[in-house]
Amino acid sequence: MSAIIEVDHLSKQYPRGPKALNDVSLSIDEGEIVAMLGPNGAGKTTLISIICGLVVPTGGTVRVGGHDIRDDWRAARKLIGLVPQEITLEPFETVLNTVRFTRGLYGAPPDDAYLERVLRSLSLWDKRNAATRELSGGMKRRVLIAKALSHNPKVLFLDEPTAGVDVALRREMWQVVDQLRRDGVTIILTTHYLEEAEEMADRIGVINRGNLLLMKPTAELMGEFGKKHLTISLYEPLAACPPELAERGITLSADGLRLGYDYDTRSDRTGIANLLADLARLGIQVRDVATKQSSLEEVFMALVADKPEDAA
Amino acid sequence: MINWGAIRAIYIHEMTRFFRTVWQSIASPVLSTVLYFVVFGAAIGGRIQAVEGIPYGAFIVPGLMMLTVLQQSVSNASFGIYFPKFSGTIYEYLVAPAGWIEVTTGFVGAAASKAILIALIILLTSFFFVGVHIAHPLWMLAFLFLTAFAFSLLGFIIGLWAKNFEQLQIVPMMVITPLVFLGGAFYSASMLPPFWEAVAKMNPVLYLISGFRWAFFGIADVPVGLSLIAVGLMIVICLAAIAWIFRTGWRLRE
Repeated sequence: MSAIIEVDHLSKQYPRGPKALNDVSLSIDEGEIVAMLGPNGAGKTTLISIICGLVVPTGGTVRVGGHDIRDDWRAARKLIGLVPQEITLEPFETVLNTVRFTRGLYGAPPDDAYLERVLRSLSLWDKRNAATRELSGGMKRRVLIAKALSHNPKVLFLDEPTAGVDVALRREMWQVVDQLRRDGVTIILTTHYLEEAEEMADRIGVINRGNLLLMKPTAELMGEFGKKHLTISLYEPLAACPPELAERGITLSADGLRLGYDYDTRSDRTGIANLLADLARLGIQVRDVATKQSSLEEVFMALVADKPEDAA
Repeated sequence: MINWGAIRAIYIHEMTRFFRTVWQSIASPVLSTVLYFVVFGAAIGGRIQAVEGIPYGAFIVPGLMMLTVLQQSVSNASFGIYFPKFSGTIYEYLVAPAGWIEVTTGFVGAAASKAILIALIILLTSFFFVGVHIAHPLWMLAFLFLTAFAFSLLGFIIGLWAKNFEQLQIVPMMVITPLVFLGGAFYSASMLPPFWEAVAKMNPVLYLISGFRWAFFGIADVPVGLSLIAVGLMIVICLAAIAWIFRTGWRLRE
């Protein structure tokens, strides 16, 4: 697949403040879903804002669909749709009119049949004549997506699409993104919800204090940094962890009813088979066994902690 | 290449907003103008002698139209661009493939259209109170259009500059209205003592009202050519300022 976004040595220094972006380079292929992770002030929104034309970079270049965002900005912007972080809609405008308006801004000819398809795919068709102020928060968020899709963009930027929404709505938003993935739209999203990135993204970029720490396929990232935790529930409580088990890093819970074991998923030999055999040999009866993958949040924290020099 | 679709979209969007509250938009300026006609035309006008042969009630029609055009142009254009800044929807204009020419044309075109429409309604209203004969109808329309365009550009700059509603109101209230009243809306500059006539001629609005009044009655305080130069100069200065704002992103982009 060819790259639809090419960011090369991009920097942004605000007049009064730290460097928001520091020599960031990345490439995103057509049809990919990429999640940019990072804490507040990491530079995620600045990166999106520069690509979309809201912020002027102090260095570097960006090409969208082969068009430079400065020299050929009209062609570049026609390929982009942006869903901002804040819900910003004109309160008295109807859903259909506001979506039509955005399409018009992009110079696209009127096409109500296409807009109907967009609104139906976002479950907004029944609300097309409602004023945006009458809609729920989730519907407003979907109207923003409809507006961003109104001119049939090739790239969609979702800046914190589920910030401040409840769990049900977050799930609903994931379904929308999944539908867009099937439609072949390239999506770049920023999020605080690390579970969200893991759920949706093909690749994950980790950004902190303006530096892009890494950019890897989600599965690879989880494989590299992901650890699993094995919890073994016992029928009878143990007074202390047997020395044979303690030597292998196994811990006992305070109530004596659970043994914990961290292991690396990439290891050829995780040691679980031997552990279970040892438990049987020691006469410890196992009630249940459960494993838990470390969350992306833990991965992220490990990454940031590992690279203090980058964060400086 | 100009994005005509963007101009059309912004223009229709702004005009739709105007027509959504059409009675409020029209009733208020028409009512206040009718009051001017009743007070200055019917009540007091009869006791004031004709100005350069023109009954006072008719004499003030161009001034009242100008007063309305200036106020409406500035307020419509400034509110038009300020509201997206206030609501946060300004990002849409900034990320769209539309440059300053398209955005300005859409907003200013709509603001000028609204002001011209209201001014023409006031002209029609004046026919019910005073007898008005328009000596140069095409020039009258030309002055109306140019003035509405020039002051809509000024209003657009005010809307871009304003950081809150107070700032949005302060320029029309503290600058535009006094300039119109002191620019000969209700009198001829020649009626002033020589010193004050010279001072009045430093007011740019006097040139607009004078040119407009010439289009109605064929009389003017200053040569018509100067009036055209004044309005043309204002348009050029405003366009240059707007181009600079969009190029630098002042109060628009970070």
